[in-house]
Amino acid sequence: MSSEWDRDLDRARLHFVSGKGGAGKTTAAASLALALATGGRRVLLAEVEGRQGLAQLFDTPPLEYSERRLAAAPGGGEVRALAIEAEAALLEYLAMYYSLGVAGRTLRRMGAIEFATTLAPGLRDVLFTGKLKECVRRTDPNGRHTYDAVVVDAPPTGRIVRFLDVTRAMADLARMGPIHGQSEEVAGLLHSSDTVVHLVTLPEQLPVRETLETVEELDAAELRPGAVLLNRVRPHRLATRSVLAAAGGRVDATRIRGGLESAGLDWNDEVLDGLVAETIEHAGRAGAELAAREQLDNAALPFVELPDYIDGIDVAALYELAEGLVGRGVGGSR
Amino acid sequence: MNERSGPGRLDIDRLLDDPGNRILVCCGSGGVGKTTTAAALGIRAAARGRKTVVLTIDPARRLAQALGLAELDNNPREVELEQGESGELHAMMLDMRRTFDDMVLAHAGRERARQILDNPFYQTVSTSFSGTQEYMAMEKLGQLAAEDTWDLIVVDTPPSRSALDFLDAPQRLSTILDGRLIRMLASPARAGGKGLRRIVGAGFGMFAKAVSTIVGRQLLADAAAFVQAFDSTFGGFRERADHTYRLLRSEGTRFLVVAAPEPDALREASYFVERLSSEHMPLAGMVANRTHPVLADLPATRALSAAEELEAAGSAPLAASVLRLHADRVAVAEREKRLLARFTRAHPEVELGSVPALPDEVHDQYGLREIGRRLARE
Repeated sequence: MSSEWDRDLDRARLHFVSGKGGAGKTTAAASLALALATGGRRVLLAEVEGRQGLAQLFDTPPLEYSERRLAAAPGGGEVRALAIEAEAALLEYLAMYYSLGVAGRTLRRMGAIEFATTLAPGLRDVLFTGKLKECVRRTDPNGRHTYDAVVVDAPPTGRIVRFLDVTRAMADLARMGPIHGQSEEVAGLLHSSDTVVHLVTLPEQLPVRETLETVEELDAAELRPGAVLLNRVRPHRLATRSVLAAAGGRVDATRIRGGLESAGLDWNDEVLDGLVAETIEHAGRAGAELAAREQLDNAALPFVELPDYIDGIDVAALYELAEGLVGRGVGGSR
Repeated sequence: MNERSGPGRLDIDRLLDDPGNRILVCCGSGGVGKTTTAAALGIRAAARGRKTVVLTIDPARRLAQALGLAELDNNPREVELEQGESGELHAMMLDMRRTFDDMVLAHAGRERARQILDNPFYQTVSTSFSGTQEYMAMEKLGQLAAEDTWDLIVVDTPPSRSALDFLDAPQRLSTILDGRLIRMLASPARAGGKGLRRIVGAGFGMFAKAVSTIVGRQLLADAAAFVQAFDSTFGGFRERADHTYRLLRSEGTRFLVVAAPEPDALREASYFVERLSSEHMPLAGMVANRTHPVLADLPATRALSAAEELEAAGSAPLAASVLRLHADRVAVAEREKRLLARFTRAHPEVELGSVPALPDEVHDQYGLREIGRRLARE
């Protein structure tokens, strides 16, 4: 028996949103951040891949390596945004231990920092997750957390487990170095119940199967899978029993013709054939969607649906998606 | 073809049949169906008589099955075609580690090869460096081209976020590994790069110290030893990368950009088209993958009002549903047309092909051939 969003997920403070490329990770992450911020909370929405997807989505100037207000959430909440860059994070990090002064800028120009992060591929991931940990743990002078939640537009499913495997990444780094010390704390956070990894997928069989495989990988790595966000769900136009028949190519053209006539539409064979063909294709997709949903049901994972926006996603659509998530219980128990 | 009235239509068969075309590179951002498109083009070319090899990078397990192979590996395997088809189809999947090993073994003397392969840093470079996959894809492509047994090589590109990575990653990787910095960092006290050090001043010493504290002195030493051994075998990463890069600009190479009719994918396609043009690399066209053309000539507004009428009367539920799903389809098709028209306005010279979405996922050769037929508008 599947469930929708459950209360445990609300208790998490660090939400990674991963998914197959093209499934709508950025949209889902942004909607989730808005939903979690609804009702007066403050949420940080972070991106780590330097693609400026959030700025495009919210139609704002490119994000930088500094936290700034991105959007207001209903009920007085606020979403702030941050684009984490490995270079800036490394410089920030080094500055805690060495006084780099202007040399930092020069090194950046030389490509020395890119060099260091390339040399030790794990370093980049450790810098990203290290910065996220700092944001999650940061408190104000009264000891309250600066952010109620941190939502990350994370790398896609193919890379997510590796991205979060701080222990592996540390193998590349000096055993006694300063980053090593803090990375144990990072690993502690990522493997705790404060962290969940949500997976965005499309209502089709192959993407859902890949999602379930990723869930297994997360389990094996002792990372906590969150909800499956089923994105771009289209309206169901056919009754379930018609779906199965039509997907198999059985569409009662005579009945359709009768309907067209009684509605006073001119029809010809070409229009009728076209409608039948469209119905078969629609049913094929709807059938795949039913099967995908069944797969998710069997996996007993919480999943939440996000409707498709035929005209594309704009800021207004994000607020609608967030409202839908709140309606499904997101943020409700905090 | 009238060049003034919008973009030309991509003539895929002419592209596949032209004996002057020897390499076809399929590019595009992740998730647009590049690999499937590459496989479909390979089958079509072979069915039309060419001796074809498809180099896939990270195929879904199903693709091998769809081709009728138990699995794909780092060597071309022959795929059985239909009776009477005169060409040949071979398919393979890039194994970057194997390709790297083979490259080292083929070019370095036995002792030097051992030095490189045993270096702990080599493990990192050959498996988890960003850019290695692209570098090795180019390397493999270079090898296939050098074999001179193929009429046509169809190349899929690594599943990166940006299509540009395929062009840039090998260069980026070689810049990093090209020696000077790595040697300076390995032993900053003795390195020859005085000039560079003077520019950076004391900051470099600080940075070197910081880096070696973070990644460890051992890793830096391994890296320096690796680069040195590699340099003396291949004359440096950059030369090797430059060599394969030239192949992409050679006569007989054509690029095909694959994009989904979605804003992000088309934006990536735009960047890529601009880049190819500035590099004077020949673009064959763009494939809009998985489009949803309208199949019944009936305006959406009329379909909707008829559906409402039928629903109010409660008389013909099936027809009402069909009319509604038709209206949805018209909306999707119009959005896709709008997005593609926007792309064409920015790049009027790019020939456009499209593959209407298949109702099912591709799981056999029939499906792959159907993609080819749709692209050729059969």
